[in-house]
Amino acid sequence: MCVPVLAPLLAAGLKLAIGGRLRHLQALISLVTLGVSLAVSVALLVAADRGGPLVTELGGWPAPIGICLVADRLSTLVLVASSAVTFCVMVYSVASAYAEQEHDAPMAIFHPAFLVMMAGVADAFLSGDLFNLFVAFELLLSGSYVLLTFGGTESRILAGATYTLMALASSMLFLVALAVAYAATGTLSMAQLAERFPALPPQVALLVELTLLLAFAIKAAIFPVAMWLPDSYPTAPAPATAVFAGLLTKVGVYSIIRLEALLFPGGPVATLLMLVGLATLLIGVLGAVAQTDIKRMLSFTLVSHIGYMVFGVALSTVAGLAGAVFYVVHHMTVQTSLFLVTGLIERRTGTTSVNRLGGLATAAPVVAVLFFVPAMNLAGIPPLSGFLGKLLLVQAGLAAGGPLALTLVAGGLVTSLLTLYAVAKVWGKAFWREPREAVTRGGAVVESEEGTGQEAVVTTAAMPVALVGSTAALVALALAYTVLAGPMSAFAERTAGELLARRPYLAAVLGGTP
Amino acid sequence: MTVPVAPFLASGLLIATGVTLLLERSLVRVLAGVIVLGNGVNLLIVTAGGPAGGPPLLGSVPRAAMADPLPQAMVLTAIVITLGVTAFLLAMVHRSWQLTGTDEVQDDTEDRNVRLRARHVELGAAVRAKRDDYRRLVLRQRAELAHMQAERAERERLEEADLELRIARVHDELGAWTRDLRERGVSEEELHDRLEVAAQRAGDSELDNLRRIEELREEHERRRREQAAREKELRRRLKHRQREARRQMRAALRAERARQALAEDPELEGDE
Repeated sequence: MCVPVLAPLLAAGLKLAIGGRLRHLQALISLVTLGVSLAVSVALLVAADRGGPLVTELGGWPAPIGICLVADRLSTLVLVASSAVTFCVMVYSVASAYAEQEHDAPMAIFHPAFLVMMAGVADAFLSGDLFNLFVAFELLLSGSYVLLTFGGTESRILAGATYTLMALASSMLFLVALAVAYAATGTLSMAQLAERFPALPPQVALLVELTLLLAFAIKAAIFPVAMWLPDSYPTAPAPATAVFAGLLTKVGVYSIIRLEALLFPGGPVATLLMLVGLATLLIGVLGAVAQTDIKRMLSFTLVSHIGYMVFGVALSTVAGLAGAVFYVVHHMTVQTSLFLVTGLIERRTGTTSVNRLGGLATAAPVVAVLFFVPAMNLAGIPPLSGFLGKLLLVQAGLAAGGPLALTLVAGGLVTSLLTLYAVAKVWGKAFWREPREAVTRGGAVVESEEGTGQEAVVTTAAMPVALVGSTAALVALALAYTVLAGPMSAFAERTAGELLARRPYLAAVLGGTP
Repeated sequence: MTVPVAPFLASGLLIATGVTLLLERSLVRVLAGVIVLGNGVNLLIVTAGGPAGGPPLLGSVPRAAMADPLPQAMVLTAIVITLGVTAFLLAMVHRSWQLTGTDEVQDDTEDRNVRLRARHVELGAAVRAKRDDYRRLVLRQRAELAHMQAERAERERLEEADLELRIARVHDELGAWTRDLRERGVSEEELHDRLEVAAQRAGDSELDNLRRIEELREEHERRRREQAAREKELRRRLKHRQREARRQMRAALRAERARQALAEDPELEGDE
C-alpha cells in the first residue's frame, strides 16, 4: 500500500540524481512510476471494495502508537481518480517538453517536484493519522511551491508569494489544532481521535473541529478563504495548473469529508458548512462570469464548484456524501482537462485572453472539440458527468428538505446556469467569432498583454499527438463516467455508507468487530 | 496537574508576533513572521504534550518520570519542515528583490483591475464634462453672433430708409421750387437760367448731399467691414479655443494612458 507514496518519492530522488542527462530515461521513469501508482491504486480500490478498509502499519509499530496508512473506499477512489489524472498530465508534460526542446529544466526540476507532490497527495489520501496528514500536506505543498514558481519569472514569484503564505498560514493553523487535539486526547491517530472526541467537553471538541476546518478550508479554497486561488493558479505552467486544479483543492475537500464523517459526525458545523458552501458557489461563479482570461475564469469556476462538494458533505446523509464523492471524482477530471486544453490554446495562439482570441473553431477544430466537451460537462449539460453529479446532489438536497438545503439546491442550479453562461461566453468569443489579429497563424511571436506579466511566446500550429492524446484521454475519462454512471454511483453510495457507519474504519485500524 | 502558564504565554506571544509580522507588506518581515510563528506553534506543541520529564529511553529513568516522546518527534518534524519552507521563502524573497528591486508584496491582479477600471471611469467622466462645457460655450457664442448680425442688419435697414427719405426730400424741394418759379411767370429762358444757377447751387447742395450719402455709405461699408473682421476674429478665436480644448483633452488621455501602461508594466512597477 506504500507504493503510491514511496514510488514517486524514490523516482523523484532518482531523477534528481540523474540530473539533466538521459532525457528518455527521465521520461520513462516518470511515466512508469505514475503508471505503477495507478495500477496499485486500482488494485487497492478493488481490494478495499471487496474486503473493507486495508491498513498498513508503518515501521512495525501497532496502529494507535505508530502511523498507519488506511485504504478504505473513499481513499482508494480518490487515489485512483487522482492517479489517472496525474498520469495523463505527466504524459502531457513529457510531450510538451519534447515538443519545445527544453533540454534540462523540465525533466530535472519539474518532474521531481511533480512526483514529490504526487507522493504528498497519495499520502494525504491514505493517511490514517492527523500528523501524517500534516506531513503529507507539507510534502505536496513543497512540490507545488516549486511547480508554481517554476522558472522564477516575476508573475510566478508574485503568485508564489500569495500561494506560499496562504499555505503556510493554513499549515500553522493545522499545527495549532494538532497541539490542542493532542493535549486534549493524547493521540493523533484518526481512529483513536474519533473514539475519544465524544468524551471531550463539547467546546474543546468544537474548537479543534473549527480550527481544523479552517485549515482544510484554506486548502480547499472555500469562500471566505478562497481568493488566493485565482491569483496564484493561472500563472503556473499549464500541466502544473491543471494538476493543482484537479488535485490540491480536492485534498482539502477529502480532508473535510474525513473530518466531518469520521472525526466529528453530526456536529453543529453542518449549518455553517451549508452557508459557506452557498457563498462559495455563488461568489465563485460570479467571479468567473466577470473574467476575460480563460485561466482566471476556470480558476473561479474551480472555487465555485468546491461549493457543490461542501454542500454534499454538509448534508451528512448517504445520498449527500455519495453526491459529494461522485462530484469530487468528476470535478478532478473535468477541471484538469479544461486547464490542459487551455494550455493547448495558449500553445496555439500565445494568449488565453478571450478578447484577443477568435476563430479557433476553424483554425484548431480538435482543440475546439476538446474544449467544448469538458466545458459543457462542467456546466452540467445532460448526459455528461457534471449533470449526474449535480443531479445526485440536488436529489440529496431535496430528500433532506429544510429551507437551507432547498436554498442550496436553488443556489446550485443558479451556479450551474451561470457556469454555462461563463463557458459559453468563452466559447462564443474564442472559438466561434471571426479570427482576430494573426494569432491563428503558426510560428508568430505573440507579445504578452499589458499587465499580465507573461512572456512573449512563439505560437505553433503543430500539435504533437501525445499532447492532444493525453488531453483527449482525460476528456474521454470524464465521458466514461457517464457510461459507468450506474456502477460509479453505486460505489459512491457504498463509500458514503461506509463513511457514515464509521465502524468498518475503526475496526480495521483498532481491531474489533466491524 | 498544574498548567504551565509561562510556556503557554510565551507561545501565545510568539504566535501573536508572528501573525502581526505576517500581515506586513515587506516579504522579509513576512519571512521573520513565519519563523516566529513556527517557533510559537512548536512551543505550543511541546507544552501541550504534557509535563516535563526524563529522557524517554528505556532503562534510564522510571517509566512514570519519562516525558512524552511523541510531541518531541512531531516538533522535530515540524522544525525540519519549517526550515525547508523558510529556505524556499528566502530564495523567493531574494528572487523577488532581484526582479523588482523591492521586497514588497505586489497588489494582486484583481485589485489592479478594479483600480484601473475606477480610474478609467473617472477619466471618462472628466472628458465628458469637459466636452459638455465646450459644447455649451460654442452654443453661447453662436447665439451671440446671431444676435449681433441681426442687430447690424436692423441698423443698416434704418440708415438706408433715412437716406432714401432725405433724397426724396431734396427732390421734392427742387420740384416745389421749379413749380413756384413757373407760377410766378418766370420765362422759360430765365427759368432755364435760374434752374441752371439753381441747379448749379442745388448741384452744390446735391453734390453735398451725394457726398454725404457717399460718406454715409462709406461709413456704412467701413462699419460692415469692421463688423466682418470682428466676426472673423471671433470665429477664429472660437476655432482656436476648440482646437486647444481638443488638444488638451487628447494630451490628458495620452498622459493617463502612459501612466496606466507604466502601472501595468511589471518591469517598471517596482521603481514607482
